[in-house]
Amino acid sequence: MIELLGRLVRKPQGAIGVVLLVLLAFACLLGPWLAPYAPEKMDFLGRFRAPGWQNWFGADQFGRDVLSRLLVGARSTVPMALAATLIGSASGAVIGTTSAYLGGRADEFIMRTNDAIMAIPGLLMALLLVSTLGNGAGNAVIAIAVAFAPGMARVTRAVALAVRNQDYVKAAIARGEGPGWVILREMLPNAMAPIVIETTIRVSFAIMLFATLSFLGLGAQPPASEWGLMVADARQYMHQAPWVLIAPSAAIALAAIAFNLVGDGLRDALNPRDER
Amino acid sequence: MSPVWLARRLLLMVYTVIIVCVLVFAITQALPADAAQTLLGENASPDALAAVRARLGLNDPVWLQFAHWASRAAVGNFGVSMRTGLPVAPEMLTALSRSLLLALCAIVVTLMVGVPLGIFAALRQGRLTDTVTSLVAYLGVSLPEFVTATVLTLVFSDRLPWLPATGYVSPLEDVAAAIGHLALPVLTVSVILVAHVMRMMRSETLDVLQSDYVRAARLKGLPERIVVVRHVVRNALLPVITIVALDVGYLLGGIIVIEEIFAIPGIGRALMIAITTRDLPSIQAGAMIMAVTYALTNTAADVVYALIDRRIRYD
Repeated sequence: MIELLGRLVRKPQGAIGVVLLVLLAFACLLGPWLAPYAPEKMDFLGRFRAPGWQNWFGADQFGRDVLSRLLVGARSTVPMALAATLIGSASGAVIGTTSAYLGGRADEFIMRTNDAIMAIPGLLMALLLVSTLGNGAGNAVIAIAVAFAPGMARVTRAVALAVRNQDYVKAAIARGEGPGWVILREMLPNAMAPIVIETTIRVSFAIMLFATLSFLGLGAQPPASEWGLMVADARQYMHQAPWVLIAPSAAIALAAIAFNLVGDGLRDALNPRDER
Repeated sequence: MSPVWLARRLLLMVYTVIIVCVLVFAITQALPADAAQTLLGENASPDALAAVRARLGLNDPVWLQFAHWASRAAVGNFGVSMRTGLPVAPEMLTALSRSLLLALCAIVVTLMVGVPLGIFAALRQGRLTDTVTSLVAYLGVSLPEFVTATVLTLVFSDRLPWLPATGYVSPLEDVAAAIGHLALPVLTVSVILVAHVMRMMRSETLDVLQSDYVRAARLKGLPERIVVVRHVVRNALLPVITIVALDVGYLLGGIIVIEEIFAIPGIGRALMIAITTRDLPSIQAGAMIMAVTYALTNTAADVVYALIDRRIRYD
């Protein structure tokens, strides 16, 4: 594990990714304490104040401090995306491994149905589900998780098929272990590395998708300072105060880049032969 | 390409469409909306509601409702919109044609920019040009559409008053205005697709550059330019074309946001309006059209790929 981390940060991309992730974690854990102002504190003399010593990233249409809102908003963006990815990846991984375990016609049926579900674009699927479940951050998380599961199932199944033919899996089946044990305790742990890589990269998609749903008014609801919501709010004032728009946009991009870099770095660190 | 393979591939497509039908129907059934109530409004009398429910077949068992719906959908009849009272299908197809125009322009721009950039980066692997283009591509795939769209609007419509920020003009009415209105949306879609295609093209080119036949071509003494154009590009392009077809699925999702932001009356925007107004027939038609378009392009891409590359055998 430590060795893997060492290989991850040896390349500049990986190191930058890790640094960005640590910063992001700080913002999520300590955001409200790091914020110089309360996120909802209005200041009508400071409406659209340009970035400066009073408000480092400027102030919005109510004179609220953009930096403070960003720091507090990290909590309503990043953990949500993480939760959605973890739920989606976990269920996808179990489906994929089960399919590989069953093999034959059952495997064929599960994977073809899985492919068919993937014909619905992720955002469309998420939109349909949110419209059924109702607007809100929690429902957006569920919708993203469901949209992610089929892709993850496909990735996992490819790996699990190879694991299925290993001797220890055959031995476990031969000594009469039940399907649940074989799938969860024998196959899944040995298919873990590609699943972890894929999950890490998917977090960046989840961040973008969650912000997009919030931007469309279907995810996090005001007055939360979720980043996508902040962009949606700031659009009407882009002429007077472009900084209110640029700060949350940059935050979303940096968060997505961080997970992308770490995911790619992990892939390189686990497959040292592939030098690209 | 064997006939068996083709038959299986087409069967898979039909299965996909059936599953999508079931999913779309199931999700829209679960929507917290009473079709009769939406149709008649808040103040409808219980008698009128009951009559409408009976007429729409809302009292039938679910499987019967599905059978009715699916058999009508199969011939392109998705019913009338609850919002406008007009038939849904023609309206959605007109919207789709506008979306396809946008998608087509984006794909052309993407191929014209992404492919040369990828080759260029691969030929200069490890040098400054490669690093810079790779960085930009990274940024491209890490920006959600609404951020790219917003930033582009800020630069090219607000700070520099060059392009209109929203709206749509049909190219049949006024070509110049149509191009102006399409420029920003196409640019937004292209940023993400170019990043994707460029990365693919770069890695494919690097693969081909190390292959034996490229070595052979070089040893034969062919000029580097000919080696690149005749051997490298040709072989690297094939997988990239498949990727572009697969990107259509992304494109269809991304188009929802982009049309919403730029107020383009395409299928994505029609679907967003349908979802916010809980207009069931429009949601069903929109979602079905999108998913079927994706299934069709996917199948087409697979078939074309199998036709071009005879080395490929699918199991």
